[in-house]
Amino acid sequence: MLGKSKRLLLPLYALLAVIMPAAGWASEWPLNMTEGVTSVSREIHGLHMQIFWWCVIIGVVVFGVMFYTMFVHRKSRGAKPAHFHENVTLELIWTIIPVIILVIMAVPATKTLVHIYDTDDADLDILVTGYQWKWKYDYLDDNGENVTFFSLLSTPPSQIANTEEKSEHYLLEVDEPVYIPVGKKVRFLVTAADVIHSWWVPALGVKRDAIPGYIHEAWTKVEVPGVYRGQCTELCGKDHGFMPVVVHAVEQAEYDAWLEGKREKARAIAEAVKQTLTFQQLYEQGEAVYGKNCASCHQADGKGVAGVFPAIAGSKIATGPVREHINRVVNGGVGMPPFGEQLSPVDIAAVVTFQRNAFGNNMGDQIQPIDVVNFKQGQ
Amino acid sequence: MAHGPAHGLSRWLFTTNHKDIGTMYMWFSFAMFFLGGIFALIIRAELFEPGLQIVEPNFFNQMTTMHGLVMVFGAVMPAFVGLANWMVPMMIGAPDMALPRMNNLSFWILPFAFAMLASTLFMQGGAPNFGWTFYAPLSTTYAPPSVTFFIFAIHIMGASSIMGAINIIATILNMRAPGMTLMKMPLFVWTWLITAYLLIAVMPVLAGVVTMMLMDIHFGTSFFNAAGGGDPVLFQHVFWFFGHPEVYIMILPAFGVVSAIIPTFARKPLFGYSSMVYATASIAILSFMVWAHHMFTVGMPFIGEWVFMIATMAIAVPTGVKVFNWVTTMYKGSMTFETPMLFSIAFVILFTIGGFSGLMLAIAPADFQYHDTYFVVAHFHYVLVPGAIFSITAAVYYWLPKWCGRMYDETLGKTHFWLAFIGLNLTFFPMHFSGLAGMPRRIPDYNPLFANWNMLSSIGSFLFGAAQVLFLYIVIRAIVSGRKATDRVWEGSHGLEWTVPSPAPYHTFTTPPKVD
Repeated sequence: MLGKSKRLLLPLYALLAVIMPAAGWASEWPLNMTEGVTSVSREIHGLHMQIFWWCVIIGVVVFGVMFYTMFVHRKSRGAKPAHFHENVTLELIWTIIPVIILVIMAVPATKTLVHIYDTDDADLDILVTGYQWKWKYDYLDDNGENVTFFSLLSTPPSQIANTEEKSEHYLLEVDEPVYIPVGKKVRFLVTAADVIHSWWVPALGVKRDAIPGYIHEAWTKVEVPGVYRGQCTELCGKDHGFMPVVVHAVEQAEYDAWLEGKREKARAIAEAVKQTLTFQQLYEQGEAVYGKNCASCHQADGKGVAGVFPAIAGSKIATGPVREHINRVVNGGVGMPPFGEQLSPVDIAAVVTFQRNAFGNNMGDQIQPIDVVNFKQGQ
Repeated sequence: MAHGPAHGLSRWLFTTNHKDIGTMYMWFSFAMFFLGGIFALIIRAELFEPGLQIVEPNFFNQMTTMHGLVMVFGAVMPAFVGLANWMVPMMIGAPDMALPRMNNLSFWILPFAFAMLASTLFMQGGAPNFGWTFYAPLSTTYAPPSVTFFIFAIHIMGASSIMGAINIIATILNMRAPGMTLMKMPLFVWTWLITAYLLIAVMPVLAGVVTMMLMDIHFGTSFFNAAGGGDPVLFQHVFWFFGHPEVYIMILPAFGVVSAIIPTFARKPLFGYSSMVYATASIAILSFMVWAHHMFTVGMPFIGEWVFMIATMAIAVPTGVKVFNWVTTMYKGSMTFETPMLFSIAFVILFTIGGFSGLMLAIAPADFQYHDTYFVVAHFHYVLVPGAIFSITAAVYYWLPKWCGRMYDETLGKTHFWLAFIGLNLTFFPMHFSGLAGMPRRIPDYNPLFANWNMLSSIGSFLFGAAQVLFLYIVIRAIVSGRKATDRVWEGSHGLEWTVPSPAPYHTFTTPPKVD
């Protein structure tokens, strides 16, 4: 037979048993901070556990006395109230003991803090820039051949809208992850282009606010190859919850090959700018660029959100002079971020062509990459 | 004209009576508590499952912002001012507050401030969506147009708080009955005296920071705009110079309430009266030296980081003194567990748990992992809900019989307590786990890894909300048809407020009582 209290809880158990497996995440009950894969993250985990156990000990003593007294010194058991108050010895003891515990805690905490602040002698510098709502990574190169790319959420909107099943790394996956070599000290130079963001990867023990006008340093030295995921942790507007960080820590050789691949791709884009594309090519590529960069505000149907994000369909810009349209995409304005840095001239030409010919905007014109290059040089 | 209240609406509009104004503050706070609660339940409903179901991300951000603002400035602070209005004059043997007309004004501008704040929900572009901490430049360059109304509302709330604080200080320092020396004042009066000084010190800082925002938005200045030579981090320093003492503004009067209730139901005097006074003063002074612990990840220099870590850890000492005092007060008492006592005991236990997570957050390196995750959300809700809200609830049950002359229903009161206690822990305890597992705060959607804890939190929040509807019913029922209360009300009660009849007459202590 179940006790009365257990029987009362049965409907709750039944409810949970029905809802949770149905949603497919029945077994996940994460309880604690992970140890991570760097010396810093392990030190932080150690501090976390140490202070946690001090709290547990203090809690057991204080709550123990409290529950004892609540049970024994109750009027219904005939307890007669004592009338003592103030005791200097006791008050000194409960002031001094906490001070001692705090000093014991402060020593290792200070050591770890010194460790975290030691950003000298890095093997590799990566400039991390927060944008609404994506990250840009610049691999700073001594010879000036920097590798630069944007990293955007790759979870499809259908998963967010619950029309498709959610993947394992739902909201923690990007199109272009950051690659770093294992065993090397990597320094992150963290800043932002618009509002404040915060770059966090729990397994690395690195969290740094990305603040416009500041370049702050953080560093990591990953010991174990793997994929490590994190998120923006400073409220940065509408899609704050949709700008994850994904770090691939790989062996040096794999890292070198990846970097070379990135450089080749950059050269290919430089070539593509000189080409003339057909309307069909521009329109199709533009549709893809729109879905990735524009639709979160202007919406997939181009109708925008009344009062917040203007519509593309029938808009003054998208049906007006081409130059104004390119200008708005490249330089932003009226709350819209500039895209001139993040999109290649090919992408900008494609998305402008798309916007001028989709959603019932039948302008019939097409914009070539070279037009965008000329605009940027002429402005 | 006979002594006694006017009739009809003019009684409430033009009153200068501390009891009437206290009553209006309490009802206003109760209304705001429900409004802020509805915002919270919208947040929890969206977070019930991964994926977007109920609201858009932009509206979600409006809800987190409005929930925080309404609860802090609309529910908690006015409730404590209301308690001070009702109780401080009666506790020190004064006939009324020192500045009764200003008292009327400081209440009556509040409904306008909150009407303006709430109206932003219906404006084009929506309500403020940048969090209750409104970090620039998200709240300036990138803010919706309604931010201007938000700034004006904050100005009015600040003016109201400052006037309330001046009034309380003037009352306590000038209007004590003969023989009521400072060190004989009830702790609730002491904690409010110190809180009032905190308010006067920091509300102008808040007014200053929102004015700088206003200048940036409308007059082309660049206080917080890096592109114009300004500094977004300056905003955070100024905001938290207000914000951290503000945290203590919301908890010090709670310490006073609990220090009144626990001795009553333990039937034993408070263990260390003077050490409680000194601990309260120490906490207030320290509160001005720790603001940057909210900013451990903004990239302060090492020495700044270290100093703020040590100063923050030091707060644990006077806070510990308080908790040990309450426990020692219960020790060898003769305890009964009426509803106010249940809420007070829960306060001591759960506030201490919030204090523990606060100590963990003080460790700067560990804060690099905790900061802006649900661990922080768990922490500050553990100090604010069982801290501020439970103490206000305890105070209402404790003094309601004195206010309206009638008792509440004890069985219903205990039911309310257990529902609220279970709901609260079910809501906020899982947030420690989701935070440690890596869930950032202020996100409308999340990875399924965090789904189980979020579902429990959401279930708990609706239970907690339902418990508060019961609370409203209990209060109304007591006022309308409760059993008559005695003058002393509680067997173990001490203090001047229990020497007057229940309900307290419209004017009390028109001739000062004798205090020995």
